Amino acid sequence: MIAPAENRGGLFTPFNIITGLILVFGGAIVVLRFAYGLGYATNLTHTTTWGLWTGFKLVFVALAASGYALTTAVYIFGMHEYHPLVRPAVLSGFMGYTLFVLILIFDLGRAWRIYYPFLVRPGVTSALFEIALCVALYYTTQFVELTPVGFEWLGWKRWRKVVVGVTVGLTVFGLFLSMLHQSTLGALFLSVPGKLHPLWYSPYIPLHFFISSAVGGISMVILVGLICKRVWGHKMEISREKLDQLTIGLGKGGAIALAIYFAVKVVDISLANKWHYLATGWGAWYLVEVLGFVLLPCLLFAYGHREKLPRLIRFTALLTVLGVILNRLNVSIVAYNWKFAIEQRYFPYWMEYVVVIFLITLGVVVFRWVAQRMPLLYDHPSYKGSH
Amino acid sequence: MSPSRRDFIKGVAAGSLAAGMARAGANKRFDGYPGRFGLLHDSTLCVGCRSCEFACNEVNQLPPPAAPIADQKIFEKVRGPTDKGYTVVNRYRKAQGNKPAVYRKHQCMHCNEPCCASVCFVNAFTKTPEGPVLYDPNVCVGCRYCVFACPYYALAYEYDDPATPRVVRCTMCYPLIKKGRNPACADACPTGAIRFGKREDLIKVARERIRKYPERYINYVFGEHDYGGTSWLTLVGLPLEQVGLPSELPYEPLPDLTTHFLSLAPIVAAIFPGLLAGFYAFTKRREAVSEQKHRQQLDDEKTRALAELEQKLIEAARLAERDKERAVERARRIAGSQTTELKPTEKKEDSQ
Repeated sequence: MIAPAENRGGLFTPFNIITGLILVFGGAIVVLRFAYGLGYATNLTHTTTWGLWTGFKLVFVALAASGYALTTAVYIFGMHEYHPLVRPAVLSGFMGYTLFVLILIFDLGRAWRIYYPFLVRPGVTSALFEIALCVALYYTTQFVELTPVGFEWLGWKRWRKVVVGVTVGLTVFGLFLSMLHQSTLGALFLSVPGKLHPLWYSPYIPLHFFISSAVGGISMVILVGLICKRVWGHKMEISREKLDQLTIGLGKGGAIALAIYFAVKVVDISLANKWHYLATGWGAWYLVEVLGFVLLPCLLFAYGHREKLPRLIRFTALLTVLGVILNRLNVSIVAYNWKFAIEQRYFPYWMEYVVVIFLITLGVVVFRWVAQRMPLLYDHPSYKGSH
Repeated sequence: MSPSRRDFIKGVAAGSLAAGMARAGANKRFDGYPGRFGLLHDSTLCVGCRSCEFACNEVNQLPPPAAPIADQKIFEKVRGPTDKGYTVVNRYRKAQGNKPAVYRKHQCMHCNEPCCASVCFVNAFTKTPEGPVLYDPNVCVGCRYCVFACPYYALAYEYDDPATPRVVRCTMCYPLIKKGRNPACADACPTGAIRFGKREDLIKVARERIRKYPERYINYVFGEHDYGGTSWLTLVGLPLEQVGLPSELPYEPLPDLTTHFLSLAPIVAAIFPGLLAGFYAFTKRREAVSEQKHRQQLDDEKTRALAELEQKLIEAARLAERDKERAVERARRIAGSQTTELKPTEKKEDSQ
């Protein structure tokens, strides 16, 4: 059985049955995609060759920023009170990259050649080359950052000591790699000035992607903290009051990051004098994204922080995560080929949606499996206070 | 000053230091391979017979187009190149009165600085000295960044092939021109709308036609400079956007837009580890300083408390000493008075 056994309630809990069905059904569609080709499982065309799966590659990586956001805050800037959230944040980031790698494999025409850019013929002028290199290195870095969780579980004290000793080095390396590939994912779109709507196209789009990844990362930390407390409250070391305090603090970080992001958006519209586009239908959709999912959460975070309202901050984190998803899908799908008539446009095939749901479910199941077994949410008794 | 040096300084002045450095590294400006081939498509001569489509499919070993030559229904929808046909003829205006119908052939333009080549992370594309841009399916991973980035929608992908899908497109009939022959479409065209030759000669021909028949053409040779220029040149009689071509394209090659950004990566790599280590050291120092301050405070407190205690002890000792002296004094006094007082009692007892 793919779904893990629950400590209470046996194998056939509602959670296990539902996730099990999704995983079996989604897995079958993945098999069909490899058996019959991309054309069988997707609605991709010769004019829109990057669809929902590529959109979610961007989403997964942006929301996986929770890892670098929190490790930087704790280990580089010394905000030690957030330490209890580091492991859940890094694991959720690691799961984000895992989903990215999986959906990339499903989307590549010949995935079995995935090592070609490194070993066969590197194309160093490609933004995708830099992304491939950084993601490969960062994925490894995150894995190493997580190994102490496994080592504590297995009781491998010496190995744990080695990895914990290089925590700061890993954090610096991780942030540096994240800055590069988060922004370079935006740089993918630099080469399509004629295809992407001018409101979303910008010579500064790499910067937009990096800042919004920080926004998404902070919001994911808030949500992951909440979910862990709700589901595994008895295992989580910090009290509800303490978590509320941290949430309020994170809300401040979210407000600042969103304020920067909003300012960058306004400057972008002004520099290229794109104001007149706002009066069009595309402009209305752009305003929904930038006012409803950037400015509004920025104000809500600030208000929630000032008035100490953890529930409002959690709601705002959800709004912000939805905003990051909306932005990445707007850039990669909705505003791409904006000049096309409706019948030329790409709409995802139902199998594409199923595969995305399959992957998200997989991420949740693996996270849950680790959280239930390994010292993710509490200090392992043998190593208390030693990190 | 050599031209390369001037270019370098211009590059720096333009604010794109990294790009300037890259150009300086190459040490000369590259205007493309001299004497390379091209094709001129004079769309005003095109009658929409689609002979080029049939010839193209034949030479590329594809089944012939589904719609027969006489089929006019095919023009109701604008089509693009697909994996079933690398070139297509579209109709952009129906014949009205004495105005003839307007057609244009579309295919890979074979850019001078191809974006597909610059975005490929396995270098699958090569710009040959003869002009064609070639693709190597033996290294292709199938990321389709080339299809995504092509500004002319000229690339297609074999989505229905699960095992060996390729990017497919016009090859400018590279094998034929290597043998000194014309591309198949140029030979198949019955009206002379497609002409094969050296690119520089074709530009002259195109300019000459515009000069001779200014009412027939708009004054623009599409592909001469657009995004750094293409091997296929197109003459049109209607504004570009009305025949499905992008208008007002800049002269700068499309790859430059990405290259400028990517050239920042090594600088980031050089600066960031040190910068972050600096931040870390700064945080550590602040923690150490505040720790030290804290300890200092504690020490001061302790010293003061000790001094206070000592003072108190001294005071207490002094008081004790005084009390002791007083007590002794009092005891002595009492003892003295007792002896005097006792005497009468003794006397009393004695008397009883």
